[in-house]
Amino acid sequence: MKILVTSKRVTDPDMKIKVKADGTGIVTDGMNYKVNPFDEIAIEEALRIKEKGGGAEVVVVGIGGKDAALEIRSGLAMGADRGIHVLCEQAVDSSVVAQILAKVYETEKPDFVIMGKQAVDDDSNQAAQMLAGALGVPQACFASKVELAGDAKSARVTREVDGGLETIEVTFPAVLTADLRLNEPRYASLPGIMKAKKKKIDEIPVASLGVDTNPRVKFVKMTEPPTRKAGVKVADVPTLVQKLKEEAKVI
Amino acid sequence: MTPFLQEHEMFRRSLRELVGREIAPHALEWEAAGALPRELFRKLGEPGFLGVRLSEAHGGSGLDFWSTAVLVQELVRCGSIGVAVSVLAHAEFATKVIDRAGTDELKELFVGPAAAGERIGALAVTEPDAGSDVGAIRTRAVRDGGDYVVNGTKTFITNGSIADFATTAVRTGGPGHRGISLVVIPTDAPGFRKSQRLRKIGCHASDTAELSFEDCRVPARYLVGPEHGGFKLIMQGFEGERLVLALICCQQMRLMWEEARRYGHERKAFGQPLLGFQVWRHRLADALTSIEAAEALTYRAIDLYVRGEPCNQEISMAKLFAAEASVGVAHGCAQIFGGNRYMEEYAIGRLQRDSLAFSVGAGTSEVMREIIARTSGLEPREGAR
Repeated sequence: MKILVTSKRVTDPDMKIKVKADGTGIVTDGMNYKVNPFDEIAIEEALRIKEKGGGAEVVVVGIGGKDAALEIRSGLAMGADRGIHVLCEQAVDSSVVAQILAKVYETEKPDFVIMGKQAVDDDSNQAAQMLAGALGVPQACFASKVELAGDAKSARVTREVDGGLETIEVTFPAVLTADLRLNEPRYASLPGIMKAKKKKIDEIPVASLGVDTNPRVKFVKMTEPPTRKAGVKVADVPTLVQKLKEEAKVI
Repeated sequence: MTPFLQEHEMFRRSLRELVGREIAPHALEWEAAGALPRELFRKLGEPGFLGVRLSEAHGGSGLDFWSTAVLVQELVRCGSIGVAVSVLAHAEFATKVIDRAGTDELKELFVGPAAAGERIGALAVTEPDAGSDVGAIRTRAVRDGGDYVVNGTKTFITNGSIADFATTAVRTGGPGHRGISLVVIPTDAPGFRKSQRLRKIGCHASDTAELSFEDCRVPARYLVGPEHGGFKLIMQGFEGERLVLALICCQQMRLMWEEARRYGHERKAFGQPLLGFQVWRHRLADALTSIEAAEALTYRAIDLYVRGEPCNQEISMAKLFAAEASVGVAHGCAQIFGGNRYMEEYAIGRLQRDSLAFSVGAGTSEVMREIIARTSGLEPREGAR
């Protein structure tokens, strides 16, 4: 069995983000980067499936410039077997990502793909669905539980949907995405980090894949959310109720 | 140029994640409790974070001191200096020497479980009447068949109350440093007593205790290295300890500096942020300069140490400079807080208090100066005295 997982390099969501004065993006000086936390959950799930037995190979794929290798290597440090780095210096959108992943999928022919439900930098939540569409395979997104069938040809996936949980069965090949509660990813261990140094990462220039890398989504402008205005103190409950009714118009 | 490689960066990230999730949220609880929970050692041991420099055959990763540097720097980031002190006293001070000089049996018994965080270690050298003067220790170990019978008292022992074993300096021979041996004493050995925790003025998350031995029996094969060869092992161990202390100082200064900068931007006086005043900008500029100098000196010493070059002088300079600088930087960074510097609820006061331990722990500033003097031709020539 082979499982393909993704590892996207994202800005550390715990850091304070500053938008550039001209609105063309965020200030990246002094910014920390990490693996997209949802991708970490996906990697963890693939590793747990592998560790349950059956001898699965877990392959981590990342797309980006030279720097993105660190996030692929982080997946290897958690325990994945090898990496694929699609070298791509330009900005990509979900659609381009899906097309690139489709090409990698065709070469690798994994049993299934599992990736983060979205990346915490742009929050698009589209790449996996587009990938499933491009490949013409089933999708099971926002998984909070994944149970492989005995023959490993399908999986029961519990999905977090509005209003509750939905359990579906998908036949492989398929594209799954990991939601927050699927698992709690392990810390990359020190021996794991040292082992990862020797694991192979294949570099594939994006040009060699024959994918149209022109983004379909045009980035227009980035602005910071308006700063919150200072609150007011009210004298008593009746005043509060009155203000909620008349000024805030929420009750 | 940074001395840290990609693998260090990955270790840093993984550890930072653990510190953020498992340590920082509880650090104040542990400060109040006066010790770390045993559970934390297991949590750090599981991903191999305690075995950084320990040998691979015994659950470690066999890495060099740059990886230990990452461990120290990220642990200090939790905001409680005692966490780093306690963890490093265990993984480095108490255990590394067993790994370096102990028999396979000793490594099996103590290094493996220490790397896994299952058995906690303490290093016991200092005595009520012998601090800097290590050669004057009086705890005596007398051979009796296959055992040593140990009598004496140790004090200021980090991890003393939570430890499962104490790597202990004992006198097996005559007076002076040639009569000292190192022996690992399990804390459940008959005749081993731990005192109440000593009440310190800082580093509250690391526990400190007095240990006493009354006809305490320990198998003679728990000796680390050659009999009467303990002094040299202790001195070698001090090199790593002093580098750890220097690193703690540097990172602790950075924490204080960052706290001061944040406060200086936020707090207003006379109609402007405090950092609108040149006096505070300059004071923090001076502090940052001291921090960078201390770190550069420390990194230089680590570089020599890792490459196996003689570096006793450089390590002493790094420890001396960083420890003394931290007192000044602490005062400068705390002062911008005005009255809040004296309030428990502000981290700055706690950090300043913690910094007072560094000019004493792992060798006093005076001992550091003596080493620097001795290794640079400053001692009076033979017969001149």
